[in-house]
Amino acid sequence: MTLLETQNLTAHYGDFQALFGVDIRLEAGQTIAIIGANGAGKTTLMRSIAGVLRNAPGMIRYDGTAIGALPADEVMAMGVSMVPEGRKLFPSLSVEENLLVGTYGRKIVGHWSLDTVYRLFPILREKRHVPGTALSGGQQQMVAIGRALMSNPRVLLCDEISLGLAPVVIRDIYAALPEIQSSGASVIVVEQDIGQAMKVASTVYCMMEGRVTLSGAPGTLSRGAIHAAYFGAHA
Amino acid sequence: MIWLDTIVQGILLGGLYALFAAGLSLVFGIMRLVNLAHGDLIVMGAYLILTIVSVLGINPFLAALIAMPIMFALGWLLQRVVLNRVLGPDILPPLLVTFGLSIVLQNALLEGFSADSQRIGAGLLETASWNLGPVTVGIMPVLTFASAILVIVGLNQLFYRTSLGRAFRATSDDPVTASLMGIKPAGVFAMATGIAMIVVTIAALYLGMRANFDPTIGPARLIYAFEAVIIGGLGSLWGTLAGGIIIGVAQTLGAAVSPEWQILAGHVAFLVVLLIKPRGLFPRAYD
Ligand SMILES: Nc1ncnc2c1ncn2[C@@H]1O[C@H](COP(=O)(O)OP(=O)(O)O)[C@@H](O)[C@H]1O
Ligand SMILES: [Mg+2]
Repeated sequence: MTLLETQNLTAHYGDFQALFGVDIRLEAGQTIAIIGANGAGKTTLMRSIAGVLRNAPGMIRYDGTAIGALPADEVMAMGVSMVPEGRKLFPSLSVEENLLVGTYGRKIVGHWSLDTVYRLFPILREKRHVPGTALSGGQQQMVAIGRALMSNPRVLLCDEISLGLAPVVIRDIYAALPEIQSSGASVIVVEQDIGQAMKVASTVYCMMEGRVTLSGAPGTLSRGAIHAAYFGAHA
Repeated sequence: MIWLDTIVQGILLGGLYALFAAGLSLVFGIMRLVNLAHGDLIVMGAYLILTIVSVLGINPFLAALIAMPIMFALGWLLQRVVLNRVLGPDILPPLLVTFGLSIVLQNALLEGFSADSQRIGAGLLETASWNLGPVTVGIMPVLTFASAILVIVGLNQLFYRTSLGRAFRATSDDPVTASLMGIKPAGVFAMATGIAMIVVTIAALYLGMRANFDPTIGPARLIYAFEAVIIGGLGSLWGTLAGGIIIGVAQTLGAAVSPEWQILAGHVAFLVVLLIKPRGLFPRAYD
């Protein structure tokens, strides 16, 4: 069953067009990856789905409903939760309060609660009374992921969760993915790091300059094709 | 011991200024909106309480309780219908709109209640006092001060102990990310202004019981409120109380020297604090 899809999605910042007809599809239970260089439009795609950027209603369909024009709080209440690029923790909230604020708009009982998030990332329990922004980058990313999970989302959007983190920290964070998947969430990961994306996703979409230039199961895509789709033919 | 007495009266007066300021501080802290009509809203609240007292013939404290939900609703609507539309990266539109609102309110009150000065009668409370050895304190100033403390404790509980309070702080930090958490910034702002108007009602009660008021005195109350908020450090409610106390003490000390110095001394204290601590006594760590 298709849980979320975009159809001919376009997005603009004022006069500047950032997306030119993007089609992606997420099946229930699936994890897909969006890869692409800096400026390709990955974050714009995520912000469109999450409702931060508003689009024509039919451009994004979730669980059979046209959600393209809905504001972020309504999209979130329907079960689409985002880990935003750059983590975006609330500086005046403690770690625990950052997690709790994740349930503000959607109080769905499910696998995720303070307790299960702390079991997933034990260091956060120790630091729960510290301001979120006083943590290391990796720990902040754990808070951002936990905060998005607290609402027990059906779709989790992860925008560059490995950005700026050391490889061992990235490995720790990705180690949480299986439990997230088995909790029932379908996942879209956005990465610049191709290797990471290939490991976890069943379908990979490569973006360049606001368009999807290549897509398919990781095993079916050749190195050369990815290189061309990622950097452009001239690279 | 005249000085001790003067200082105690000044501290108690600071409670009144903190009440004037708390609503302003709350709204500014959450949405970076400076409401230039704040003083006029307090005066409007005083007229509302006065009207309830005279129509129902009840005690002013009860009348204030009845006025609170009405004022909450007015604040909620004001934010939803008017102020949310002008909030944005540019700080000028909200200033212009609330300045206009201030003038509209003053004229509407003049039209409705005339320019005659009024007072909310509080019976024996107006003159009752306690003799505490070297100082004698009026019951009314003590009640005012205690109310200011209760308001600040209550608002802090709301901020730090409830999920609405978390939503207030999260929205104040970053409205876009807050909306990703399912928070509707427009709705949060409307709640905040509604709650600020409950505080305004409490301020209005004491304003009206302690002295005469007429439709034009709002802007002067706004200045004291402003000074208290700024001295205290933007966004800190205890700072606002400290700011109110500094202005109150400066005013009573000034008045003790010579009556015409009362107002000026308050403003001078404000400037001196700003010279020493330009960001106020309790500034927020980041902004
Ligand atoms: N707020 C914005 N205003 C104007 N242009 C923007 C804004 N955000 C992104 N862009 C532009 O849109 C394009 C896509 O950006 P983005 O979606 O952030 O790419 P990615 O996430 O793949 O790095 C870039 O050319 C970027 O400069
Ligand atoms: Mg990006």
